[in-house]
Amino acid sequence: MPAPEPARIRALRIEGLPIVAVLVALVGAFMVAAPEVFLGYRIYMSFLATVPPLLVLALGLTLVIAAGEIDLSFPSVVALSGWVLAYFIHELHSPWLGVAFALLAGGLVGFVNGILVARIGIPSIIATLATQFLWGGLTTVFSQGLSYSLGDVEELFLWRLLVGRIGPLPVQALWALAIAVALWFVLNRHRFGEHLLFIGDNARVAEVVGVNVAREKIRLFALMGVLAAVASLLLTLENKNFFNTQGGGYLLEVMAAVFIGGTSVFGGQASVVGTVAGSFIIGMVEAGLVATGLQGFWVRAVVGMVFLAAVIGHLVIEEPERGRAVSRAIRARMGFFRRGPVRG
Amino acid sequence: MQAAEAHAAGESWRHVVRLEKVDMTFGKVQALSQVDFEVGRNEIVGLLGDNGAGKSTLIKIVSGVLRPSAGRVEIRGRPVDLDDYSVRKAHDLRIETVHQGQTLGEKQPLWRNLFVGRQIVGRFGFIDVKKEKEIANQLLRQAIGFRGEGITAESTVRELSGGERQGIAIARAMYFEADLIVLDEPTAALAVSEVRKVLAFVEGVKSAGGACIYIEHNLAHVHEVADRLVILDRGSVVGEFAKGEIGLPELTARMIALHEGRPHARA
Repeated sequence: MPAPEPARIRALRIEGLPIVAVLVALVGAFMVAAPEVFLGYRIYMSFLATVPPLLVLALGLTLVIAAGEIDLSFPSVVALSGWVLAYFIHELHSPWLGVAFALLAGGLVGFVNGILVARIGIPSIIATLATQFLWGGLTTVFSQGLSYSLGDVEELFLWRLLVGRIGPLPVQALWALAIAVALWFVLNRHRFGEHLLFIGDNARVAEVVGVNVAREKIRLFALMGVLAAVASLLLTLENKNFFNTQGGGYLLEVMAAVFIGGTSVFGGQASVVGTVAGSFIIGMVEAGLVATGLQGFWVRAVVGMVFLAAVIGHLVIEEPERGRAVSRAIRARMGFFRRGPVRG
Repeated sequence: MQAAEAHAAGESWRHVVRLEKVDMTFGKVQALSQVDFEVGRNEIVGLLGDNGAGKSTLIKIVSGVLRPSAGRVEIRGRPVDLDDYSVRKAHDLRIETVHQGQTLGEKQPLWRNLFVGRQIVGRFGFIDVKKEKEIANQLLRQAIGFRGEGITAESTVRELSGGERQGIAIARAMYFEADLIVLDEPTAALAVSEVRKVLAFVEGVKSAGGACIYIEHNLAHVHEVADRLVILDRGSVVGEFAKGEIGLPELTARMIALHEGRPHARA
């Protein structure tokens, strides 16, 4: 049996703490580098307007990855549901029906993913790659490759409800926060979340302890589809525009946000708090770097560095033995090993 | 005589579980064919057989993990609707199983492992975490005897040794007070001292009026605790002995003969 962990490591187990610290440090660094921008509130309001779609997608994907699965089709749901909404607003003048059908479309895409994965047994990475092409392609067909400008959408109560402003505060930030809180409870306090964690940990174990693995996976993918549709609503309404490839840029950013947040690549362990912090890190780096005077070219490189640092950090906390092995190797190489036995 | 003990009068069943002409095929592989098998109310049945004889398949049918391809299953004298039978149903019918190998979620805390599949939930399916942890801690101290070893309900499974893990799996079965406990090679990963604990547990099930199906490679162990031995070979029952009908040396010889008689005997 491994020795009890040092209290120092235990403290780092508080959910999301390390990555929230990284976020705070990043904001601190931007404040020093570009005080005129980062000491005012405007930039933060701008983040609160642009990050929510990414955040909602990342929250859904957190649950998917917790269950040891992946969903690559959500960018196409962002496009498809956006088209449904835009079509209902622009052509049929019934925005509320548009919302209902956009959510339904997302749920259906997710449900089909679930059937493909859980009943037919296609690995999720392949099934959802295929459906990403399918639904993205069909969205282009449906929209005839056109964009819709939704300039007068601001008049609608729907717009004010989903992406309006309370004073300077974008309402979509509150929706995203509410979804984050709800999903935290689902993952950590609900039977469904516990089942997802066991499925991700070891699906065979989940099966023998009485989890209906197939049913829970179908529910999971359907939920992911609905959340992708919600993200699409927030995005399309905020932009007041639909274009048929919208969502395409989210795939890698959303995955990065989830993994930076500390959710295990191997499933069975996930952090909703971490995903929230990870999403803001991803969403802030670009604006932050540009404001500090660095060129936009640097954005991806910096994201890569933060990403690597975060993943290594999580690994060290999650598996202290590995962390100790690394520090032992480093010390040995630097000739410090005479200092005495390594802790633990 | 067994039926009179411990159990509620008025119910007239003799066997806690009974399988009749059960077949199980996986694709082209016939894992079980025409198996009749039963467990009495207060009986410990030792299930023996070589690797691939069908032991695990048989108990997975009993515990609701697998649905047989054909045949009948009765529990306490009542036929089971196989379309509607599941691990959860088996739990409801007070059948608990400790499966072979890994049966715990490694990254999950012990309290989740003890209750997963039948959580204590409030409205809308939210888990009563406080209560689950409380009971888990109580179980760890009393039933398993983890004291002052730094193991609590919050510990994750990967902090535990093989024996401790098996202890958790068995404690889980014990806590839910089953009438039938199915143990699939519970001692495979254990040290000698821990094996004694498991055997004592099996005897405890018996004296508490319960029944047990016990799968074990170590013939001496099964021979010691079982009331009846059932031998499977290539999916069929090929021998059955009540306690005392067969000595350990003879049993050993028989199992070796079975092993060597197989067309593709594996080492």
